[in-house]
Amino acid sequence: MSYKAKFRVWRGEGGEGKLEDFTVEVNEGEVVLDIIHRLQATQAPDLAVRWNCKAGKCGSCSMEINGKPRLGCMTRMSTFAEDETITVTPMRTFPVIKDLVTDVSFNYQKAREIPSFTPPAGVQPGEYRMQQIDVERSQEFRKCIECFMCNNVCHVIRDHEENKPAFAGPRFLMRIAELDMHPYDVVDRKDSAQEDHGLGYCNITKCCTEVCPEHIKITDNALIPMKERVVDRKYDPLVWLGDKIFKRSRSTKG
Amino acid sequence: MTQTAADSPAPARRQRAQLKERTLRTDQWWRYPLVTFIIFTAFLVYATWAIFDNDFFVAPYHAPFASPCLAEAVCPEEAQLFGWAPFGDWYTWPPGLLILGLPAGFRFTCYYYRKAYYRAFWLSPPACAVNEPHSKYTGESRFPLILQNIHRYFFYAAIVVGLILAYDAVKALIEKPAGIGTWVLIGNAILINLYTLSCHSCRHITAGRLNHFSKHPIRYRAWGFVSKLNAKHQELALISMFSVMGADLYVRLVAKGVISFPFA
Ligand code: SF4
Ligand code: SF4
Ligand code: FES
Ligand code: FES
Repeated sequence: MSYKAKFRVWRGEGGEGKLEDFTVEVNEGEVVLDIIHRLQATQAPDLAVRWNCKAGKCGSCSMEINGKPRLGCMTRMSTFAEDETITVTPMRTFPVIKDLVTDVSFNYQKAREIPSFTPPAGVQPGEYRMQQIDVERSQEFRKCIECFMCNNVCHVIRDHEENKPAFAGPRFLMRIAELDMHPYDVVDRKDSAQEDHGLGYCNITKCCTEVCPEHIKITDNALIPMKERVVDRKYDPLVWLGDKIFKRSRSTKG
Repeated sequence: MTQTAADSPAPARRQRAQLKERTLRTDQWWRYPLVTFIIFTAFLVYATWAIFDNDFFVAPYHAPFASPCLAEAVCPEEAQLFGWAPFGDWYTWPPGLLILGLPAGFRFTCYYYRKAYYRAFWLSPPACAVNEPHSKYTGESRFPLILQNIHRYFFYAAIVVGLILAYDAVKALIEKPAGIGTWVLIGNAILINLYTLSCHSCRHITAGRLNHFSKHPIRYRAWGFVSKLNAKHQELALISMFSVMGADLYVRLVAKGVISFPFA
Protein backbone atom coordinates (compact mmCIF):
# COMPACT_ATOMS: atom_id res chain seq x y z
CA MET A 1 0.00 0.00 0.00
CA SER A 2 1.44 3.31 -0.89
CA TYR A 3 0.00 6.78 -0.47
CA LYS A 4 1.00 10.42 -0.73
CA ALA A 5 1.85 12.00 2.60
CA LYS A 6 2.09 15.67 3.48
CA PHE A 7 5.39 16.68 5.05
CA ARG A 8 6.60 19.99 6.46
CA VAL A 9 10.36 20.08 6.82
CA TRP A 10 12.56 22.77 8.33
CA ARG A 11 14.93 24.13 5.68
CA GLY A 12 17.63 26.67 6.32
CA GLU A 13 21.16 27.33 7.46
CA GLY A 14 22.47 28.60 10.77
CA GLY A 15 19.12 29.03 12.43
CA GLU A 16 17.47 31.12 9.70
CA GLY A 17 14.94 29.18 7.73
CA LYS A 18 11.36 28.11 7.34
CA LEU A 19 9.08 25.11 7.17
CA GLU A 20 8.72 23.89 3.60
CA ASP A 21 5.80 21.80 2.39
CA PHE A 22 6.20 18.58 0.43
CA THR A 23 3.92 15.87 -0.85
CA VAL A 24 5.77 12.61 -1.01
CA GLU A 25 5.15 8.93 -1.60
CA VAL A 26 5.06 6.55 1.38
CA ASN A 27 5.20 2.77 1.08
CA GLU A 28 4.32 0.07 3.54
CA GLY A 29 6.87 -0.55 6.28
CA GLU A 30 8.72 2.73 5.85
CA VAL A 31 10.04 5.01 8.57
CA VAL A 32 10.33 8.79 8.63
CA LEU A 33 14.00 8.66 7.67
CA ASP A 34 13.06 6.74 4.50
CA ILE A 35 10.73 9.55 3.55
CA ILE A 36 13.42 12.17 4.17
CA HIS A 37 15.69 10.14 1.89
CA ARG A 38 12.97 10.00 -0.75
CA LEU A 39 12.69 13.79 -0.57
CA GLN A 40 16.45 13.99 -1.13
CA ALA A 41 16.22 11.63 -4.06
CA THR A 42 13.27 13.29 -5.76
CA GLN A 43 12.53 16.86 -4.69
CA ALA A 44 15.22 18.37 -2.47
CA PRO A 45 18.66 17.02 -3.37
CA ASP A 46 20.40 19.39 -0.96
CA LEU A 47 18.27 18.50 2.07
CA ALA A 48 20.73 17.82 4.90
CA VAL A 49 20.09 15.00 7.38
CA ARG A 50 22.48 13.05 9.57
CA TRP A 51 22.12 9.29 9.70
CA ASN A 52 24.17 6.17 9.77
CA CYS A 53 22.86 2.81 10.92
CA LYS A 54 19.13 2.96 10.19
CA ALA A 55 18.74 0.56 13.08
CA GLY A 56 18.34 2.82 16.08
CA LYS A 57 21.84 2.15 17.31
CA CYS A 58 24.11 4.95 16.17
CA GLY A 59 22.15 7.88 17.57
CA SER A 60 22.73 10.05 14.48
CA CYS A 61 19.24 10.64 13.18
CA SER A 62 17.76 12.52 16.16
CA MET A 63 15.14 15.01 15.00
CA GLU A 64 11.77 16.32 16.11
CA ILE A 65 8.76 14.73 14.49
CA ASN A 66 5.46 16.47 15.15
CA GLY A 67 7.24 18.31 17.92
CA LYS A 68 8.57 15.24 19.72
CA PRO A 69 12.22 14.26 19.81
CA ARG A 70 12.49 10.96 17.95
CA LEU A 71 14.95 8.86 15.98
CA GLY A 72 13.97 9.25 12.33
CA CYS A 73 14.94 5.68 11.59
CA MET A 74 12.78 4.26 14.37
CA THR A 75 9.60 6.23 13.79
CA ARG A 76 7.25 4.18 11.67
CA MET A 77 5.04 5.94 9.16
CA SER A 78 2.25 3.55 10.18
CA THR A 79 1.95 5.46 13.47
CA PHE A 80 0.54 8.47 11.59
CA ALA A 81 -2.79 8.87 9.89
CA GLU A 82 -2.55 9.09 6.09
CA ASP A 83 -4.09 12.56 5.99
CA GLU A 84 -1.89 13.90 8.77
CA THR A 85 0.72 16.57 8.01
CA ILE A 86 4.00 15.43 9.48
CA THR A 87 6.29 18.19 10.68
CA VAL A 88 10.01 17.45 10.85
CA THR A 89 12.37 19.90 12.51
CA PRO A 90 15.94 19.79 13.81
CA MET A 91 16.58 19.39 17.55
CA ARG A 92 15.66 22.72 19.13
CA THR A 93 18.27 22.99 21.82
CA PHE A 94 21.31 22.89 19.55
CA PRO A 95 22.42 25.31 16.83
CA VAL A 96 21.49 24.38 13.29
CA ILE A 97 24.18 23.74 10.71
CA LYS A 98 21.79 23.06 7.88
CA ASP A 99 18.22 21.78 7.67
CA LEU A 100 17.90 18.84 10.06
CA VAL A 101 21.57 18.73 11.01
CA THR A 102 22.47 20.35 14.31
CA ASP A 103 25.81 21.12 15.89
CA VAL A 104 25.88 18.90 18.97
CA SER A 105 29.32 19.92 20.19
CA PHE A 106 27.75 21.22 23.43
CA ASN A 107 27.48 17.56 24.39
CA TYR A 108 31.10 16.72 23.61
CA GLN A 109 32.19 19.73 25.58
CA LYS A 110 30.17 18.57 28.60
CA ALA A 111 31.52 15.03 28.24
CA ARG A 112 35.08 16.32 28.41
CA GLU A 113 34.37 18.24 31.61
CA ILE A 114 33.73 15.03 33.57
CA PRO A 115 36.86 13.36 34.98
CA SER A 116 37.15 9.90 33.45
CA PHE A 117 36.99 6.56 35.27
CA THR A 118 39.74 6.49 37.89
CA PRO A 119 40.66 3.16 39.51
CA PRO A 120 42.45 3.01 42.89
CA ALA A 121 46.19 3.62 42.72
CA GLY A 122 48.16 0.42 42.34
CA VAL A 123 45.38 -1.62 40.78
CA GLN A 124 46.35 -2.57 37.24
CA PRO A 125 43.88 -3.16 34.45
CA GLY A 126 43.18 -6.87 34.52
CA GLU A 127 43.21 -6.95 38.29
CA TYR A 128 39.73 -5.54 38.75
CA ARG A 129 37.46 -8.02 40.48
CA MET A 130 33.81 -7.15 40.71
CA GLN A 131 30.58 -9.02 40.78
CA GLN A 132 27.78 -8.62 38.34
CA ILE A 133 25.42 -7.14 40.96
CA ASP A 134 27.97 -4.41 41.68
CA VAL A 135 28.06 -3.15 38.11
CA GLU A 136 24.51 -3.85 37.06
CA ARG A 137 23.23 -0.36 37.77
CA SER A 138 25.98 1.25 35.72
CA GLN A 139 25.38 -1.15 32.86
CA GLU A 140 21.89 0.18 32.29
CA PHE A 141 23.43 3.56 31.57
CA ARG A 142 25.94 2.04 29.15
CA LYS A 143 23.08 1.26 26.78
CA CYS A 144 23.12 4.94 25.84
CA ILE A 145 23.59 5.50 22.09
CA GLU A 146 24.36 9.20 22.52
CA CYS A 147 21.50 10.46 20.44
CA PHE A 148 21.35 13.50 22.79
CA MET A 149 17.60 13.66 22.63
CA CYS A 150 17.49 13.72 26.42
CA ASN A 151 19.67 16.81 26.54
CA ASN A 152 17.62 18.27 23.71
CA VAL A 153 14.28 17.83 25.46
CA CYS A 154 15.45 18.94 28.91
CA HIS A 155 13.70 22.25 29.61
CA VAL A 156 16.60 23.46 31.73
CA ILE A 157 18.55 24.24 28.57
CA ARG A 158 15.89 23.88 25.90
CA ASP A 159 13.98 26.85 27.29
CA HIS A 160 16.95 28.63 28.86
CA GLU A 161 20.00 28.93 26.65
CA GLU A 162 21.68 30.86 29.48
CA ASN A 163 21.78 27.72 31.65
CA LYS A 164 24.03 25.85 29.23
CA PRO A 165 27.33 26.71 30.95
CA ALA A 166 26.01 25.56 34.34
CA PHE A 167 24.19 22.39 33.34
CA ALA A 168 25.60 19.18 31.90
CA GLY A 169 22.22 17.76 30.89
CA PRO A 170 20.70 14.40 31.79
CA ARG A 171 23.07 12.47 29.53
CA PHE A 172 26.13 13.60 31.47
CA LEU A 173 24.57 13.74 34.92
CA MET A 174 23.82 10.10 34.23
CA ARG A 175 27.47 9.58 33.32
CA ILE A 176 28.44 11.05 36.70
CA ALA A 177 25.99 8.71 38.45
CA GLU A 178 27.41 5.77 36.50
CA LEU A 179 30.92 6.52 37.72
CA ASP A 180 29.86 7.44 41.25
CA MET A 181 28.15 4.04 41.61
CA HIS A 182 31.10 2.19 40.14
CA PRO A 183 32.84 -0.04 42.70
CA TYR A 184 36.29 0.76 41.31
CA ASP A 185 36.03 4.48 40.78
CA VAL A 186 37.74 6.55 43.45
CA VAL A 187 37.03 10.11 42.34
CA ASP A 188 34.52 11.82 44.55
CA ARG A 189 31.84 13.19 42.30
CA LYS A 190 29.05 14.35 44.61
CA ASP A 191 30.10 17.94 45.24
CA SER A 192 30.98 18.51 41.64
CA ALA A 193 27.72 16.97 40.40
CA GLN A 194 25.88 19.68 42.29
CA GLU A 195 28.26 22.58 41.92
CA ASP A 196 29.99 22.13 38.56
CA HIS A 197 27.46 20.15 36.57
CA GLY A 198 24.16 21.59 37.76
CA LEU A 199 22.34 18.56 39.17
CA GLY A 200 20.23 20.95 41.26
CA TYR A 201 18.76 22.47 38.11
CA CYS A 202 17.01 19.22 37.29
CA ASN A 203 13.47 19.26 38.66
CA ILE A 204 12.92 15.58 37.94
CA THR A 205 10.09 16.18 35.50
CA LYS A 206 11.24 13.11 33.57
CA CYS A 207 11.20 14.32 29.98
CA CYS A 208 14.64 12.80 29.43
CA THR A 209 13.23 9.42 30.46
CA GLU A 210 10.22 9.90 28.19
CA VAL A 211 12.28 10.41 25.05
CA CYS A 212 15.17 7.98 25.57
CA PRO A 213 15.09 5.50 22.67
CA GLU A 214 16.99 2.97 24.80
CA HIS A 215 14.33 3.23 27.52
CA ILE A 216 16.93 4.00 30.14
CA LYS A 217 15.23 5.10 33.36
CA ILE A 218 17.41 8.19 33.49
CA THR A 219 15.47 10.05 36.17
CA ASP A 220 14.59 7.17 38.47
CA ASN A 221 17.83 5.24 38.26
CA ALA A 222 20.48 7.90 37.70
CA LEU A 223 19.33 11.44 38.53
CA ILE A 224 17.28 10.82 41.67
CA PRO A 225 19.83 8.36 43.16
CA MET A 226 22.51 10.94 42.41
CA LYS A 227 20.44 13.66 44.08
CA GLU A 228 20.15 11.42 47.13
CA ARG A 229 23.92 10.90 47.16
CA VAL A 230 24.38 14.66 47.05
CA VAL A 231 21.99 15.01 49.99
CA ASP A 232 24.22 12.60 51.95
CA ARG A 233 27.15 14.81 51.26
CA LYS A 234 25.74 18.28 51.47
CA TYR A 235 22.33 18.48 53.11
CA ASP A 236 21.92 15.68 55.64
CA PRO A 237 23.06 16.67 59.14
CA LEU A 238 22.65 13.12 60.47
CA VAL A 239 24.95 11.58 57.88
CA TRP A 240 27.44 14.36 58.56
CA LEU A 241 27.29 13.69 62.31
CA GLY A 242 27.64 9.93 61.80
CA ASP A 243 30.74 10.51 59.71
CA LYS A 244 32.22 12.63 62.48
CA ILE A 245 31.41 10.22 65.29
CA PHE A 246 32.46 7.02 63.56
CA LYS A 247 35.31 8.70 61.74
CA ARG A 248 33.97 7.32 58.50
CA SER A 249 35.61 8.61 55.42
CA ARG A 250 33.54 11.28 53.70
CA SER A 251 33.08 9.01 50.77
CA THR A 252 30.16 6.59 50.61
CA LYS A 253 32.13 3.96 48.77
CA GLY A 254 30.67 1.24 51.01
CA MET B 1 26.80 26.31 -0.57
CA THR B 2 26.54 29.90 0.57
CA GLN B 3 28.59 30.69 3.65
CA THR B 4 27.15 32.95 6.29
CA ALA B 5 28.87 36.31 6.01
CA ALA B 6 31.50 36.97 8.67
CA ASP B 7 29.80 40.17 9.74
CA SER B 8 26.33 38.69 10.29
CA PRO B 9 25.01 39.33 13.82
CA ALA B 10 24.96 35.72 15.00
CA PRO B 11 27.48 33.49 13.31
CA ALA B 12 26.20 30.22 11.89
CA ARG B 13 26.16 27.33 14.36
CA ARG B 14 25.38 29.62 17.23
CA GLN B 15 21.72 29.81 16.52
CA ARG B 16 18.95 27.36 17.01
CA ALA B 17 16.20 26.93 14.44
CA GLN B 18 14.19 30.12 14.73
CA LEU B 19 10.87 28.42 15.24
CA LYS B 20 8.10 30.65 16.50
CA GLU B 21 5.77 27.95 17.79
CA ARG B 22 5.85 27.14 21.47
CA THR B 23 5.54 23.50 20.52
CA LEU B 24 4.90 21.54 17.35
CA ARG B 25 3.33 18.67 19.25
CA THR B 26 0.03 17.60 17.75
CA ASP B 27 -1.13 15.26 20.50
CA GLN B 28 -3.09 16.24 23.57
CA TRP B 29 -0.08 17.08 25.69
CA TRP B 30 -2.16 19.34 27.97
CA ARG B 31 -4.15 16.39 29.29
CA TYR B 32 -1.61 15.16 31.82
CA PRO B 33 -1.09 18.55 33.50
CA LEU B 34 -4.81 19.30 33.41
CA VAL B 35 -5.86 16.00 34.98
CA THR B 36 -3.11 16.31 37.60
CA PHE B 37 -4.22 19.84 38.39
CA ILE B 38 -7.81 18.77 38.91
CA ILE B 39 -6.97 15.75 41.07
CA PHE B 40 -4.52 17.62 43.30
CA THR B 41 -6.84 20.57 43.71
CA ALA B 42 -9.68 18.24 44.70
CA PHE B 43 -7.38 16.60 47.25
CA LEU B 44 -6.38 19.95 48.73
CA VAL B 45 -9.98 21.08 48.97
CA TYR B 46 -10.99 17.84 50.67
CA ALA B 47 -8.05 17.95 53.08
CA THR B 48 -8.85 21.53 54.08
CA TRP B 49 -12.43 20.62 54.80
CA ALA B 50 -11.41 17.46 56.69
CA ILE B 51 -9.00 19.28 59.00
CA PHE B 52 -11.76 21.47 60.33
CA ASP B 53 -14.37 18.74 60.50
CA ASN B 54 -14.75 17.38 64.03
CA ASP B 55 -16.40 14.03 63.32
CA PHE B 56 -13.14 12.16 63.06
CA PHE B 57 -13.81 9.35 65.48
CA VAL B 58 -16.49 6.74 65.92
CA ALA B 59 -15.39 3.70 67.90
CA PRO B 60 -13.45 1.81 66.76
CA TYR B 61 -12.74 3.82 63.63
CA HIS B 62 -10.30 6.69 63.49
CA ALA B 63 -10.23 8.94 60.42
CA PRO B 64 -6.68 8.82 58.99
CA PHE B 65 -6.40 12.61 58.57
CA ALA B 66 -6.77 13.07 62.33
CA SER B 67 -4.67 10.15 63.52
CA PRO B 68 -2.87 10.15 65.92
CA CYS B 69 -5.03 12.40 68.04
CA LEU B 70 -2.72 14.09 70.51
CA ALA B 71 -4.82 16.69 72.29
CA GLU B 72 -6.52 16.01 75.60
CA ALA B 73 -9.43 18.38 75.19
CA VAL B 74 -10.51 17.43 71.69
CA CYS B 75 -9.71 13.71 71.48
CA PRO B 76 -12.11 11.19 73.03
CA GLU B 77 -10.31 8.85 75.43
CA GLU B 78 -10.48 5.90 73.02
CA ALA B 79 -9.12 7.96 70.16
CA GLN B 80 -5.89 8.73 71.97
CA LEU B 81 -2.85 6.73 71.10
CA PHE B 82 -2.23 4.55 74.21
CA GLY B 83 -3.88 7.35 76.18
CA TRP B 84 -1.03 9.62 75.17
CA ALA B 85 -2.12 13.26 74.78
CA PRO B 86 0.83 15.60 75.16
CA PHE B 87 -1.26 18.62 74.20
CA GLY B 88 -3.22 19.63 77.27
CA ASP B 89 -6.52 21.38 77.87
CA TRP B 90 -5.30 24.60 76.36
CA TYR B 91 -5.32 23.08 72.89
CA THR B 92 -8.79 23.37 71.41
CA TRP B 93 -8.16 23.57 67.69
CA PRO B 94 -8.73 20.67 65.30
CA PRO B 95 -6.40 17.77 66.20
CA GLY B 96 -5.48 17.19 62.56
CA LEU B 97 -3.52 20.44 62.54
CA LEU B 98 -0.97 18.91 64.94
CA ILE B 99 0.09 16.07 62.71
CA LEU B 100 -0.96 16.84 59.16
CA GLY B 101 2.31 18.62 58.45
CA LEU B 102 4.14 15.31 58.39
CA PRO B 103 2.22 13.43 55.70
CA ALA B 104 1.69 16.70 53.84
CA GLY B 105 5.42 17.46 53.91
CA PHE B 106 6.18 13.90 52.84
CA ARG B 107 3.98 14.17 49.80
CA PHE B 108 4.96 17.74 49.02
CA THR B 109 8.67 16.88 48.83
CA CYS B 110 8.12 13.46 47.21
CA TYR B 111 9.96 13.10 43.91
CA TYR B 112 6.79 12.00 42.15
CA TYR B 113 4.65 14.85 43.48
CA ARG B 114 7.40 17.31 42.63
CA LYS B 115 7.38 16.15 39.05
CA ALA B 116 3.60 16.30 38.92
CA TYR B 117 3.11 19.75 40.41
CA TYR B 118 6.10 21.32 38.69
CA ARG B 119 4.37 20.28 35.50
CA ALA B 120 0.74 20.92 36.38
CA PHE B 121 0.93 23.95 38.68
CA TRP B 122 4.19 25.68 37.79
CA LEU B 123 4.23 24.64 34.10
CA SER B 124 7.93 24.06 34.29
CA PRO B 125 7.58 22.44 31.81
CA PRO B 126 3.85 21.80 31.21
CA ALA B 127 4.79 18.83 29.03
CA CYS B 128 7.92 17.58 27.29
CA ALA B 129 9.03 19.73 24.36
CA VAL B 130 6.47 22.41 25.25
CA ASN B 131 8.12 25.68 26.22
CA GLU B 132 7.63 26.87 29.75
CA PRO B 133 6.35 30.40 30.33
CA HIS B 134 9.12 31.49 32.73
CA SER B 135 11.94 33.68 31.57
CA LYS B 136 14.38 32.48 34.25
CA TYR B 137 14.94 29.06 35.71
CA THR B 138 17.24 27.74 38.41
CA GLY B 139 15.25 24.67 39.44
CA GLU B 140 16.16 23.10 42.73
CA SER B 141 19.64 24.59 42.78
CA ARG B 142 18.81 27.39 45.20
CA PHE B 143 16.47 28.61 47.90
CA PRO B 144 13.58 27.91 48.28
CA LEU B 145 13.44 24.75 46.17
CA ILE B 146 16.78 23.52 47.48
CA LEU B 147 14.80 22.69 50.64
CA GLN B 148 13.27 19.76 48.77
CA ASN B 149 16.41 17.94 49.81
CA ILE B 150 14.99 17.36 53.30
CA HIS B 151 12.63 14.77 51.83
CA ARG B 152 14.31 11.87 53.67
CA TYR B 153 13.37 13.34 57.07
CA PHE B 154 9.74 13.37 56.07
CA PHE B 155 10.25 9.77 55.02
CA TYR B 156 11.34 8.83 58.54
CA ALA B 157 8.27 10.58 59.91
CA ALA B 158 6.07 8.87 57.33
CA ILE B 159 7.18 5.48 58.61
CA VAL B 160 5.87 6.40 62.05
CA VAL B 161 2.61 7.72 60.60
CA GLY B 162 2.25 4.54 58.53
CA LEU B 163 2.70 2.41 61.64
CA ILE B 164 0.06 4.40 63.50
CA LEU B 165 -2.43 3.93 60.67
CA ALA B 166 -1.65 0.21 60.75
CA TYR B 167 -2.23 0.23 64.51
CA ASP B 168 -5.61 1.95 64.03
CA ALA B 169 -6.56 -0.68 61.49
CA VAL B 170 -5.56 -3.58 63.73
CA LYS B 171 -7.44 -2.04 66.63
CA ALA B 172 -10.55 -1.80 64.49
CA LEU B 173 -10.05 -5.40 63.38
CA ILE B 174 -9.97 -6.61 66.96
CA GLU B 175 -13.01 -4.64 68.04
CA LYS B 176 -15.17 -4.94 64.97
CA PRO B 177 -13.81 -7.59 62.61
CA ALA B 178 -16.90 -7.62 60.41
CA GLY B 179 -17.17 -3.87 59.98
CA ILE B 180 -16.78 -2.44 56.51
CA GLY B 181 -14.90 0.47 58.04
CA THR B 182 -12.34 -1.97 59.45
CA TRP B 183 -11.53 -3.27 56.01
CA VAL B 184 -11.48 0.21 54.56
CA LEU B 185 -8.89 1.16 57.18
CA ILE B 186 -6.87 -2.01 56.59
CA GLY B 187 -6.78 -1.46 52.84
CA ASN B 188 -5.74 2.13 53.33
CA ALA B 189 -3.01 1.24 55.84
CA ILE B 190 -1.53 -1.28 53.40
CA LEU B 191 -1.52 1.18 50.52
CA ILE B 192 -0.06 4.01 52.60
CA ASN B 193 2.74 1.77 53.84
CA LEU B 194 3.49 0.46 50.35
CA TYR B 195 3.71 4.04 49.12
CA THR B 196 6.06 4.92 51.97
CA LEU B 197 8.30 1.94 51.28
CA SER B 198 8.47 2.71 47.57
CA CYS B 199 10.00 6.14 48.30
CA HIS B 200 13.20 7.07 46.46
CA SER B 201 14.84 8.09 49.73
CA CYS B 202 13.95 4.68 51.16
CA ARG B 203 15.59 3.05 48.14
CA HIS B 204 18.68 5.12 48.70
CA ILE B 205 18.87 4.42 52.43
CA THR B 206 18.26 0.68 52.02
CA ALA B 207 21.32 0.21 49.84
CA GLY B 208 21.26 2.69 46.96
CA ARG B 209 24.03 4.67 48.60
CA LEU B 210 26.39 1.68 48.56
CA ASN B 211 28.74 0.84 45.73
CA HIS B 212 29.52 -2.76 46.67
CA PHE B 213 26.20 -4.59 46.79
CA SER B 214 28.07 -7.90 47.00
CA LYS B 215 29.43 -6.98 50.42
CA HIS B 216 25.96 -6.33 51.82
CA PRO B 217 23.75 -9.21 50.67
CA ILE B 218 20.84 -8.49 53.01
CA ARG B 219 20.67 -4.82 52.21
CA TYR B 220 20.99 -5.69 48.54
CA ARG B 221 17.94 -7.93 48.73
CA ALA B 222 15.99 -5.25 50.54
CA TRP B 223 17.05 -2.81 47.83
CA GLY B 224 15.78 -5.21 45.17
CA PHE B 225 12.40 -5.33 46.91
CA VAL B 226 12.19 -1.56 47.38
CA SER B 227 13.29 -1.03 43.76
CA LYS B 228 10.38 -3.14 42.54
CA LEU B 229 7.96 -1.05 44.56
CA ASN B 230 9.77 2.11 43.52
CA ALA B 231 9.10 1.39 39.85
CA LYS B 232 5.41 1.77 40.75
CA HIS B 233 5.92 4.85 42.90
CA GLN B 234 3.69 7.14 40.88
CA GLU B 235 0.85 4.62 40.88
CA LEU B 236 1.19 4.00 44.62
CA ALA B 237 1.28 7.73 45.29
CA LEU B 238 -2.01 8.25 43.48
CA ILE B 239 -3.80 5.13 44.70
CA SER B 240 -2.85 5.80 48.33
CA MET B 241 -3.97 9.40 47.93
CA PHE B 242 -7.40 8.20 46.84
CA SER B 243 -7.51 5.52 49.53
CA VAL B 244 -6.65 7.90 52.34
CA MET B 245 -9.24 10.37 51.12
CA GLY B 246 -11.84 7.59 50.77
CA ALA B 247 -11.11 6.03 54.16
CA ASP B 248 -11.15 9.40 55.86
CA LEU B 249 -14.46 10.35 54.28
CA TYR B 250 -15.96 6.96 55.10
CA VAL B 251 -15.16 7.22 58.79
CA ARG B 252 -16.52 10.75 58.97
CA LEU B 253 -19.74 9.74 57.24
CA VAL B 254 -20.19 6.89 59.72
CA ALA B 255 -19.44 9.28 62.59
CA LYS B 256 -22.02 11.71 61.27
CA GLY B 257 -24.58 8.93 60.96
CA VAL B 258 -24.90 9.41 57.20
CA ILE B 259 -23.79 5.82 56.74
CA SER B 260 -25.61 3.79 59.38
CA PHE B 261 -26.31 0.21 58.35
CA PRO B 262 -25.29 -2.47 60.92
CA PHE B 263 -22.00 -3.52 59.36
CA ALA B 264 -20.79 -0.03 58.53
S1 SF4 C 1 14.27 14.96 34.65
FE1 SF4 C 1 15.79 16.56 34.99
S2 SF4 C 1 17.39 16.20 33.50
FE2 SF4 C 1 15.61 15.00 32.85
S3 SF4 C 1 14.58 16.34 31.41
FE3 SF4 C 1 13.66 16.73 33.41
S4 SF4 C 1 14.81 18.45 34.30
FE4 SF4 C 1 16.01 17.65 32.58
S1 SF4 D 1 20.44 8.55 27.56
FE1 SF4 D 1 18.96 7.89 26.02
S2 SF4 D 1 18.18 9.82 25.18
FE2 SF4 D 1 20.04 10.33 26.27
S3 SF4 D 1 21.67 10.28 24.75
FE3 SF4 D 1 21.59 8.25 25.68
S4 SF4 D 1 20.22 7.05 24.41
FE4 SF4 D 1 19.91 9.19 23.86
S1 FES E 1 20.36 6.20 11.78
FE1 FES E 1 21.39 5.29 13.47
S2 FES E 1 19.96 5.69 15.06
FE2 FES E 1 18.86 6.34 13.32
S1 FES F 1 7.69 9.54 48.83
FE1 FES F 1 7.90 9.87 46.73
S2 FES F 1 10.03 9.88 46.58
FE2 FES F 1 9.83 9.66 48.70
